[in-house]
Amino acid sequence: MSVKMSHRQVGDVTVVDASGRITLGEGASVFRDMIRDLAAKGNKKILVNLTEVSYIDSSGIGEMVSSFTTVTNHGGQLKLLGLTKRVKDLLQITKLYTVFEVFDDEPSAIRSFA
Amino acid sequence: MAERKILLDSTLDSVEVAETEVLGAAREIGFHEDDLHQLGMAVRESMVNAVVHGNRYNARKKIHLSVTKAPDRLTIVIADEGDGFDPNSVPDPLDEGNLLRQSGRGLLLIRAFVDEFQVLPGQPRGTEVRMVKYLAKAS
Repeated sequence: MSVKMSHRQVGDVTVVDASGRITLGEGASVFRDMIRDLAAKGNKKILVNLTEVSYIDSSGIGEMVSSFTTVTNHGGQLKLLGLTKRVKDLLQITKLYTVFEVFDDEPSAIRSFA
Repeated sequence: MAERKILLDSTLDSVEVAETEVLGAAREIGFHEDDLHQLGMAVRESMVNAVVHGNRYNARKKIHLSVTKAPDRLTIVIADEGDGFDPNSVPDPLDEGNLLRQSGRGLLLIRAFVDEFQVLPGQPRGTEVRMVKYLAKAS
C-alpha cells in the first residue's frame, strides 16, 4: 500500500495524518506535494503524524528532510508525531533526530508550537 | 548452499520483485520479523540504486539478482549493467553539513542493516553489491 495522506486543523496547527509506505515513487511524491502545498498556502505550524506509517525508505526520508527545509524556508515549523520503533531507528541511524522535533503524543506536540 | 538467480528489468516494479524473493528465502532460513524488515530495506535500497543510478531505467539493461541460502546466512548479490560507481564519491550523510541533503542515505542504511556489505566493480561492467546477513547474529 502506498501512502495515504489527509490534513486537519487543531487550532493554528495543521496536523498531517499519513498512513502506509513512504517510498520512492508515488508514496514519496504524495508526501512532498501535500507538505509543499500546505507551506505555499501559508500554513506555518505543521505536525506530521506518522503513527500509521509502516515503512519509510531513504527516498521517503529525503522527502521528509526536503519538506522540513521547505516549511522552514517559508518561516514555519515542521515537527513529527507518533514514530514507530522502526522509523525512530531510521532517524537514529541517519542522525536526523538532531534535525526533527519528535513527539509521542498529539497534545504535547500541539502545545509545543505555542 | 542453494542459489537462485533472477534477471530483472530496470524498473521500480523489479524492486518489489527482488524484495519479495529475498524475504521468501530469508523466511525459509528462519529470520525473525525485525531482521526481515532490515533485509527488505537493504535489498530495496540496493535495487533502487541499481535501477535508478546504475541502469538509469534503461530497458536494454538488466539487474542480476542472486540469492544464496545457507543454514546460517543469506547472501544477496545485486549487479547492474551501468557505468560503474565509486561509493566513496557519496558525501557522508552523517556530516553535519550534509544532514539536510535530500539524498545520499541509501548506502548508510544498507550498511546498518546487513552484516557484510561490499560494492565491487561489475564484470564486465556496472556495479555489483554483495550483502550477507547471518542468522546467528539475528536478534
